[in-house]
Amino acid sequence: MILKAEAVTKKYFRKFADKNYFYAVNETDFVLKEGAVTEIIGRSGSGKTTFLNILAGLLSPSSGRVMLGDTDIYSLNDKKLSLLRNDNIGVIPQGQTGLDSLTVLENVKLPYILYGKGEDADERAAALLEMVGIAHLADSYPHELSGGEVRRLAIARALMKNPPVILADEPTGDLDDENTEIVFGILRKAADDGASVLLVTHESDAQRYADEIYRMNSGKLEKI
Amino acid sequence: MTVHSLPFKNIRHKPSRTAALAVIVFLMAFTLLGGTLSVLSLQRGLAALETRLGADIIVVPDTAKSKMNLENIVLQGIPGYFYMDKECVDKIAQVEGVEQVSAQYYLASVSSGCCSMPVQIIGFDPETDFSVTPWIRQSYGETLGTLDVVVGCNINKLVGGTLKFYGLECNVVAKLDRTGTELDNAVYGNVDTVKKLIAASVEKGLNELAKKDPDKIVSSVLIKVKDGYNIDDVTDYINVYVRHVQAVRTKSMLTGVADSLGGVSNVIQILIAAVWVFVLILLFVVFSAMINERKREFAVYRVMGTSKSMLAKMVLTESTVLSFSGSVLGCAAAVLCVSSFSTVIENQLQLPFLLPDFGTAAICGLITLAASVVISSVAAFYAAIKLSRVDAGLILREGN
Repeated sequence: MILKAEAVTKKYFRKFADKNYFYAVNETDFVLKEGAVTEIIGRSGSGKTTFLNILAGLLSPSSGRVMLGDTDIYSLNDKKLSLLRNDNIGVIPQGQTGLDSLTVLENVKLPYILYGKGEDADERAAALLEMVGIAHLADSYPHELSGGEVRRLAIARALMKNPPVILADEPTGDLDDENTEIVFGILRKAADDGASVLLVTHESDAQRYADEIYRMNSGKLEKI
Repeated sequence: MTVHSLPFKNIRHKPSRTAALAVIVFLMAFTLLGGTLSVLSLQRGLAALETRLGADIIVVPDTAKSKMNLENIVLQGIPGYFYMDKECVDKIAQVEGVEQVSAQYYLASVSSGCCSMPVQIIGFDPETDFSVTPWIRQSYGETLGTLDVVVGCNINKLVGGTLKFYGLECNVVAKLDRTGTELDNAVYGNVDTVKKLIAASVEKGLNELAKKDPDKIVSSVLIKVKDGYNIDDVTDYINVYVRHVQAVRTKSMLTGVADSLGGVSNVIQILIAAVWVFVLILLFVVFSAMINERKREFAVYRVMGTSKSMLAKMVLTESTVLSFSGSVLGCAAAVLCVSSFSTVIENQLQLPFLLPDFGTAAICGLITLAASVVISSVAAFYAAIKLSRVDAGLILREGN
C-alpha cells in the first residue's frame, strides 16, 4: 500500500528568528514505496519526527494531504483514522514506549486486542518475540527490561498486525551494534515481505539496508 | 486480556496512585453521608422528643426551679422531682380550650442495679394519659399493674427482670423503642406504682419535697388543647388564673433545642460544603496531574490505533472503579461512625439524636455514592478531554 504526502506543511506559531512562526515541515511531497526501505536522515530539529508523525496520522498538518492508497487520512474522523492506523500503520515511536502495566507479551498483543481480534494473538505475539530475540522476557514488565529490549518490544508490537506500512523513528537510537543490526534486519525483512518501511535515523549503518535515502533540511525533503 | 480488562490492569499496577484517589473519594463520601446522617438524626431526635412529650402545654409548680428541673429531666437527662397540689388538675381541666389533661409524677431514684447513676421515674395515669401510653402500646399491650414498669431503651434491664427502687421490687414488663432523647433513660409506671415509690422514698427520708400525702400531689399536668384554640392564649390563661403553677408551651421549651439543632446543622452543612469544595478542587488537580503524568502512555495507545473515545472510556472506567470503591468505603465508614458514636454525639451536643430508619439511610447512601462517582468521573473526563485536544505526535516529541 502506497503512503503519499502531498504538499504537507506543519507551521508552529512560536517566536523564531524575526517571525512569530516557523515551518517544521514545508510544502513537502513524498511517496513511500511498497516493498522498500526508505530512509530519512537529517539533523536534530530538522523536522524528521514531525513529518513521520504526520504520515502516521498522529499530527494534523497545517496544510496538504496524506494519502494511504486512495484515502485522505486526515479527512477521516478520529474513530476511522484510529482504526485505519491500527490496521495499516505500524509505528515505532522514539524513546521508551512500553506500557508499564502490561507484560511484554501483553504489550505486543495490544494492537490485536484493541478492536477485539485477539483470537490468534498469542501465537503471533510469541513468534514476533522470538524473532526480535526477547521471547524469554514474555512475562516480564517493561521496567524490568533494558533500553534495547524495550525497543525490540516496540518493534514486535508495530509488526503485530502485519501492517502494510511501517514507520520507525530512530528505532536503534540507544542500541548496541549487535541489536542495531538485528533491528535493521527485521525492518528489511518486513520490506522484503512487501511492507512500505520508513526509517528516520541518524545511524549511518542504516544506509546499507535502505533502498532510497532522503535528507530533511529545515522542513524540506531532498532525495540523495 | 481484553480491552475491557485494561483499566483494571492500570489500577492494579499503580497501588499508591489507586489508593490516593480512592482516599480522596472516601473523604468526600464520608463527610457527605456522615454529615447528612448527623443532621437527619438531630432533626429526627427533635421530632421524636416533640412526639414523645405529646402535649401542647405542660404545667409545673410555679417555682423557677421546677421549670428548670422539667427541662433537665427531658433534655439533659438529670433526674429530679417537684410536686404541686392535685387540686390544680381539676382547675386546669376546666379552663376553656383544654381538651384533655393528664397528670404525671416524677421521682428520682437514688441508685439501682440497672444503672450506675440515678434514673428518672415517671408515673402516669393510664386512664387519662395521652403522652406515654401510645408509646408503651407499641411494645406492651397489657394494662400496667402496680409495681409494673416500662423502661426506656437505655435502661440496662431485660423484660422479665426486676428493678429495685427504695427497697421495692418493680417488674420490667416492656422496653420502649429508642427515641434518641433523655427519655430513653427513664422508667415509666402507673400512678399507683409511683405513689408507692414516693411513699417508700419518704419513708426512707430520701424525698424531702414530698412530705405531703402522695394522693394529694402531682408533678406536672400535660394538656392537649382543643382544635381552634390558640395554645398561647390557653397557656397565658392558666398562668394568670390558676395559682401556684407555671404553664409552659411545649414548643417554647423545645425552641432552645431547635435553635441549637439549627446551629449545629448549619455548622455541619458548612463543613460538608467546605470539604466538598476542597475535595472537588483536589480531584480536578489530581486527575489533571495524573493524566498529565500518563500522557506519554496515552500517546502510545494512540500510536497503536486507540481512538480518543476508547481512551476516554478507559480513563472513565478507571475513575469509576476507584471512586465507587472509595465511595462505598466512605459510606460504610460514615454509617459505622455515626451509629457507633450516636450516644457520644448526643451527650456532647446535649441534643436529641435519633438515627434515621434504614430506608432513609440507604437513600442517603445511594445519593452520596452517585454524587461521588459522578463528580470523580466529571473530573477524570475533563482531564481526559483536555489531553485529547493535544496531538499524540506532539506528546511523543515532548518526551524526547
